[in-house]
Amino acid sequence: MLTIRIIPCLDVDNGKVVKGVQFKNLKCAGDPVELAKYYNDGGADELIFLDVSASIEQRKTMIKVVEAVAHKVFIPLCVGGGIKTKDDMRRLLNAGADKVAICTAAIENPVLIKEGAELFGTQCIVVSIDAKNMGKKWNAYTHGGRFDSGKDVIKWSKECEKLGAGEILLNSIDRDGTQKGYDIRLTKSVSSGVKVPVIASGGAGNLEQLYLVIKYGNADAVLLASALHYEQLTIREIKKFLYKEGVNVRW
Amino acid sequence: MIGVIDYGAGNLLSVVNALNYLKVEHRLIKKPADFKGVKKIILPGVGAFGYAIEQLHKKRLFEKVYEWIMLNKPYLGICLGMQLLFERSEEAPGIKGLGVFDGAVKKFARCKVPQIGWNRVEIVRPCPLVHQSDNHLFYYFLHSYYVYGVLEELIVGIAEYNVSYPAIINKGNIYAVQFHPEKSGKEGLKLLKNWVARC
Repeated sequence: MLTIRIIPCLDVDNGKVVKGVQFKNLKCAGDPVELAKYYNDGGADELIFLDVSASIEQRKTMIKVVEAVAHKVFIPLCVGGGIKTKDDMRRLLNAGADKVAICTAAIENPVLIKEGAELFGTQCIVVSIDAKNMGKKWNAYTHGGRFDSGKDVIKWSKECEKLGAGEILLNSIDRDGTQKGYDIRLTKSVSSGVKVPVIASGGAGNLEQLYLVIKYGNADAVLLASALHYEQLTIREIKKFLYKEGVNVRW
Repeated sequence: MIGVIDYGAGNLLSVVNALNYLKVEHRLIKKPADFKGVKKIILPGVGAFGYAIEQLHKKRLFEKVYEWIMLNKPYLGICLGMQLLFERSEEAPGIKGLGVFDGAVKKFARCKVPQIGWNRVEIVRPCPLVHQSDNHLFYYFLHSYYVYGVLEELIVGIAEYNVSYPAIINKGNIYAVQFHPEKSGKEGLKLLKNWVARC
């Protein structure tokens, strides 16, 4: 049986991991390679690096980060943030990323999904959807959750699948950073409408919430950031808990 | 010397990175002459069946690989490199694979496709590839198609994803795995090491 993936997400700015990742036992806090190793040893099933650099100049360092990580850590590696073109994708994949995640660029230029899938395979192309609750529906936002694209999330996710997205990374803007739990209704609505795997993101805070979004939201994978980075949860304890609840995990 | 067949597969670099990490001597095989001095070959692969076969022909590597396998020389097929051993795939109707084993390649039905993630492999017979591995054999899978109709005596490991299907096959010196050892953490590296040292 395929297992549910537990995926730590690391924000990288100008080559350094940022946002509260400060483990006592690491020599160099913020070193992407050290952190990737740390999470790999801890049982992470995959890693996502999100480039939050402000300038193009800083973004160039991401290529070096990916190369360095891919030489040392042998689990799947997805990279997102600031990817605009096929060449951006190619550079990251050639550096050792297994997948690239696109969000704003996918909405502004949906053909990029198709072209990326044709060139590199659907399994390489993750479309990241930032969803905001609009009452009766969710809209897909762009530019890190700043602008409403007007696109309905459910429809957009189906369109992404059709264009060749191999996976949907579904982030709830409303829950992001709140630790109040994943948006189960949102996850379920998207997951039941597409055949590609859905990674639930935004709101992870405790074990129960993880179980709920898997069991009732039909999430194929869960993304965690601060809950792991601040050591509120460890991947081992997450997996132990999920296993006890009857969820298939790798241990 | 290990030769890694380079026909433009997406995961070539990951395989090379893993071999570097394991300090295994290797070289890329881009043309027939590159086979010189090579003792074992790896055919990696993420991508489409049809495209891969086309590229192998274009680079005049198809015949060489076919001969290699027919001579029972050490071969490791990864993912698509496993599927290419069969004659045909639903992914590319009309295009002939290497066809060295009976069976064919079929698309997953009634489940999420591609299968992405870690799946458990049940070992059904002893094999040097999984030498000294424990029972928790989880490997990273990434594929939409699987092989079926494979002779039972070839099957070493089975995975389940809506259907049971071969995840590891072996005959003589020919080994193939449907998952990605180069992305399967410690267990995956161990498998590659075993192949280098024992197969």
